[in-house]
Amino acid sequence: MSEYLISARGLTKKFGDFTAVNGIDFDVSKGESFGLLGPNGAGKSTVMRMIGATSQRNAGDLTILGKDPELNGPQIRAHLGVVPQQDSLDMHLSVSENLYIYGRYFGLPRKFVKGKIEELLTFAQLEEKRDAKVEALSGGMKRRLTIARALVSEPEILMLDEPTTGLDPQARHILWDRLFRLKEQGVTLVITTHFMDEAEQLCDRLIVMDKGSIMAEGSPASLIKDYSTKEVLEVRFGSDRNQEVADKLRAMCERIEELPDRVLMYTEDGEALLEKIYASGLHPKTSLVRRSSLEDVFLRLTGRTLIE
Amino acid sequence: MFIPMAVAIAEARVGKRGERYYSGRVPQLLERGFIAFKSSTWMIVLSGFVEPVLYLLSFGYGIGKLLPTITVGNESIKYAVFIAPALLATSAMNGAIYDSTMNVFFKLNHDRIYHGMLATSMGPLDVALGEIGWALLRGFSYACAFMAVVAPLGLIPSLWGLLAIPAAVLIAFGFASCGMAVTSYMKSFQQLEIINVFLLPMFLFSGSFYPLTVFPEWLQFTVNLLPLTHAINLVRGLCLGHINVGLFGHALYFVIMIVCGLFFTTKRLNALFMK
Amino acid sequence: MSIPTVRQGSLQLIDAAKTRSRGALYVAEARIRTMVKWLGIIFAIAIANPVLYLISVGIGLGGLIDKSVGPAGVDGVKYLTFLAPALLAQAAIQGTMDETVFPTIEGFKWNRTFYSMNSTPLSGAQISIGVFLAALFRAFYTVLLYFGVMWAFGALESPRAWLAIPTSIFAGASFGALMQSVAAKLEDENYFFVVLGRFIMMPLFLFSGTFFPLTSMPFFLQWIGWISPLWHATELGRYLTYGHAISPTLMWVHFAVLVTMLVSGLILSARLFTKRLAK
Repeated sequence: MSEYLISARGLTKKFGDFTAVNGIDFDVSKGESFGLLGPNGAGKSTVMRMIGATSQRNAGDLTILGKDPELNGPQIRAHLGVVPQQDSLDMHLSVSENLYIYGRYFGLPRKFVKGKIEELLTFAQLEEKRDAKVEALSGGMKRRLTIARALVSEPEILMLDEPTTGLDPQARHILWDRLFRLKEQGVTLVITTHFMDEAEQLCDRLIVMDKGSIMAEGSPASLIKDYSTKEVLEVRFGSDRNQEVADKLRAMCERIEELPDRVLMYTEDGEALLEKIYASGLHPKTSLVRRSSLEDVFLRLTGRTLIE
Repeated sequence: MFIPMAVAIAEARVGKRGERYYSGRVPQLLERGFIAFKSSTWMIVLSGFVEPVLYLLSFGYGIGKLLPTITVGNESIKYAVFIAPALLATSAMNGAIYDSTMNVFFKLNHDRIYHGMLATSMGPLDVALGEIGWALLRGFSYACAFMAVVAPLGLIPSLWGLLAIPAAVLIAFGFASCGMAVTSYMKSFQQLEIINVFLLPMFLFSGSFYPLTVFPEWLQFTVNLLPLTHAINLVRGLCLGHINVGLFGHALYFVIMIVCGLFFTTKRLNALFMK
Repeated sequence: MSIPTVRQGSLQLIDAAKTRSRGALYVAEARIRTMVKWLGIIFAIAIANPVLYLISVGIGLGGLIDKSVGPAGVDGVKYLTFLAPALLAQAAIQGTMDETVFPTIEGFKWNRTFYSMNSTPLSGAQISIGVFLAALFRAFYTVLLYFGVMWAFGALESPRAWLAIPTSIFAGASFGALMQSVAAKLEDENYFFVVLGRFIMMPLFLFSGTFFPLTSMPFFLQWIGWISPLWHATELGRYLTYGHAISPTLMWVHFAVLVTMLVSGLILSARLFTKRLAK
């Protein structure tokens, strides 16, 4: 058995003429928190479904815990806890019934599952809602329930597809906290996201995907170091003037990116750059100095923003 | 090394026939049915039962007054006795169709319940059999309830009529498997309405309310191809005690429906969820 | 990217007085525009339904009944002639009900279009009446086609038979208005459709003297007919299409019941619409 839990080589998936995943390689080690970052349509969810043994590849190799998902689908799925992008909770059942029946779907004995329910309800902070219908839960609660449900079989790998999309900031932080605790317990996490802050918070290592291919791979910090500068200066001159001044600005720093509403300037020292701009006689309407993020990495790699 | 229980259970099925499609989880899916059923209202439970009873009251009393007897072969039987078995067969069909179309469509496209189920170590055939099995359990209990109402009224002349209950389950099985197969190919709610387009003429022309002999030859031939005609003939033959080889033919029709329905349902669910 | 023109205070396009007087028509227009997309399907149902019922029950079962009852006939006529006006009224009731109940639930809950209508100068009562008017359009279309089929089957004996068209639509309007107010009150529609189909529509269809004279029902089932708009409309229809005998008192009763349903349904649903939109 290889040292990796998940290992992909030349992994390819086509839907008709459209290539969703184009010959990608990656490995995930035990206990690691592995992220797939990219915009919508990059192929992240397709990769997740192939790992989840609910989608078959067209070419390449994929090994999960030493098994081939094409041949051992049920055995591989028994190792996985899956949190899909769209909730798939059973609306006809209550919160605790959802946990119970999901465990039963794995063939687990009644007694074992009943014993798990309390622990999972506590984990998901849903003790008070145990008899509530799923329909009555908030978005954050539903997501926590889905995660708790995925843990009922004590999986080695937890697969999370866009876990916090659509949640408010507070609900996101609660969720991140829960995922951290799981990671501390040694659960391997595979996460897709198009939020760079989420990737920075949760992932030890990530691949940046675009149009079915891997653009870069590494830890959040190393990616920022390799593909961006320390700081970014964001300036706005008003929607009709940004373009006009772009050429002047380009000469003042390492690299600029022109976005429809603002210009990003990449530099090691943002404040110093801003003074230089004023000194040259230009007066931006607003300006902001911030640290580089994965958003900047993505912009550098693809020329596009993550969220469009 | 610690092996999680779920993994041990899944590993135990390695090498079994059809292991990629079927994991022997039908009992678990029926269990889900029971849990969901417990919290549904009594109105829903009652609704499957009232339909044939309402028709029996209406047509039995009303038409029975205008048309007291019907001649079948050379035997003259009361109108209510003639329609009761047909209503049993029709309600078995309607129940199975409802459970396998509307219900399945929502779980498939709206609630995404099957997505959740198939992320576990189950396979698509588990889901198909579990869903159909639940429809059959319901069909069985409604058939029993209907028999319990009509038999004491003297509307089931033959003791063979007891076999009408398993026959109703067979009929429900046939319609449920085909209904689920068709539903799994449907993309929108409007397409689902097409099923109703077939149901009404089938109901009106399959000989529920009068013998098919009133039709011209060509129409009789066409009607004899419809599944509901076979269902009614099977149940009516048993209830009236008209036992002959033809009944096996009717039963065989449903066995074929079951096999085809299950084949296409599994194939389609596999394509939908395992593509 | 193009930015829409948003002139500030320089233009007064909206005539509030006009909206106040014609708002319901605007709503009806919007509903009919949606309905027209399904006109082909509505047409197919409106034709196929009577053809199937008239052949299967009217001719198939009717043939046996005519033989059984002999020259006295059913209420003095062939079974087909007896059945047809009931089916006409039933089609009007079903069609109107579909077009009031579903759009009302949809507008409040499924896509909440009533709320966006209400954020323009349109009032709740206007939305309610608009939906109702559009449903009448559907009833008219369906009944007209149905009547054509009845004529083709030779089920009309009297020259004044065409008057069954307005009486059927009238029954549809009465029941439609009443059910619209029920739909406006509905918060949880989960079980509603089963209840509506099995516990309301089916008993109405089966126990309103549709397939046989209401008097042949045992007494404990006759009352369903008395409160059913279908029975009242069917009696009127039979009077008009073949001269079924009705006493003058009963004639007034039929009209009175239908008018009461219509007026109370309309008032109730306008009130409930206003109340729910303001909530």
